[in-house]
Amino acid sequence: MADATNIPSRRKVLECMTWAGAAAVWTVAGGVPRSSLIGVGTAQAAEATGELTFMQISDSHIGFHAAPNMDTPGTLKEAVALVRQQRGDSALMIHTGDVSHLSADSQFDTAWQLVGESGLQTHYVPGEHDVLIDDGKAFFARFTPGAPRGWYSFDERGVHFVGLNNVQNLKAGGLGNLGADQLAWLKDDLAGRSASQPIVVFAHVPLWTVAPQWGWGTDDGAQAIDLLKRFGSVTVLNGHIHQIMQKVEGTVAFHTARSTAFPQPVPGTAPSPGPMKDVPADKLRSMLGIDKVMYVPGKQPLAIVDTPLGA
Amino acid sequence: MAHVRRAAIRAGVLGLLLLPLLRVVALAADATVTIDNFTFNPATITVSPGTRVVWVNRDDIPHIVVGRDDKSIKSPPLDTGDSYGFTFSHAGTFAYFCGIHPMMQGTVVVR
Repeated sequence: MADATNIPSRRKVLECMTWAGAAAVWTVAGGVPRSSLIGVGTAQAAEATGELTFMQISDSHIGFHAAPNMDTPGTLKEAVALVRQQRGDSALMIHTGDVSHLSADSQFDTAWQLVGESGLQTHYVPGEHDVLIDDGKAFFARFTPGAPRGWYSFDERGVHFVGLNNVQNLKAGGLGNLGADQLAWLKDDLAGRSASQPIVVFAHVPLWTVAPQWGWGTDDGAQAIDLLKRFGSVTVLNGHIHQIMQKVEGTVAFHTARSTAFPQPVPGTAPSPGPMKDVPADKLRSMLGIDKVMYVPGKQPLAIVDTPLGA
Repeated sequence: MAHVRRAAIRAGVLGLLLLPLLRVVALAADATVTIDNFTFNPATITVSPGTRVVWVNRDDIPHIVVGRDDKSIKSPPLDTGDSYGFTFSHAGTFAYFCGIHPMMQGTVVVR
């Protein structure tokens, strides 16, 4: 997508990505995550050294059983098969929440087994559907072991990953919420890190305000972004809205993933953010998908490829 | 047998007399708020003390009814078709919201 003499702006790349359509491959290169079309950018990226590629899936909603999808385990299975096909040398996968629809153990079991078939170590953050019972204890015990409140960080090939929980202790009239404890932890987690270290933040609800009337945003998300602004490359990956949206703000690139279960409407086009029920059966898979993210050191910029489950 | 019939008629008349009263009692004991399209309907409901307010979720997405200040108002996750009842014993204004979609808000006025 880019070479040394003709480097498109990240905005340009992101604009391209808008048209790329459905699984995202994220590659982080030279501090800047980049996305590219599977089959085009991936081969190039694979030749680079120090690159990092990882996969993202989101919003499995195992337990949802209504129009337009009576078989969410089936579409998750298809998504995982697509991950296996697209993953290349991906180091890991992230799942950006709403693993289940109703936080039931049986739903967690099904999701755990199906996602496990990806063969990739998977890092989860909770969605609001995963913490409906007993403050999410069952979710945290299984999906974020060692992080009983659902936030944590780790490093992979020089990239710092931060998983955040913005789906609990929500306030009347508000949006997603991180809370003072988590923000204090984030500040501490980032303190002392080199500004040249690429950062990937993943959380369920978008950290930036997409559609406040539908609750698509995070009340104190801007405080988290302020802590991240000094870094040269920040990629924020979210789910929750079951559609692709992206924007770039300075060095921070935001991107949301499709669901593997059902699409939700574009803000302003429907009376509520509920499932789009009247999707024709032969169109459903074009509105579900996965992501591949690629980062190649020394090259511009980060690439995200969204790949749908079907045409 | 005549006295039996008279008794039956008397009971019937009594029942007819009581009917309006019973209906009033029934209304006072059960007020319904439906949840459609991520909205509480009606957003504000006024009831008399002792009324049981029942929320019915008609969305395909679960919701949770949570009191903003009165934490004793808290439903389990309400899946499609599920309902939750709470009896308001005392007069007052009770704000509530959806614990997972907090932009959804409603008010129960008890007086």
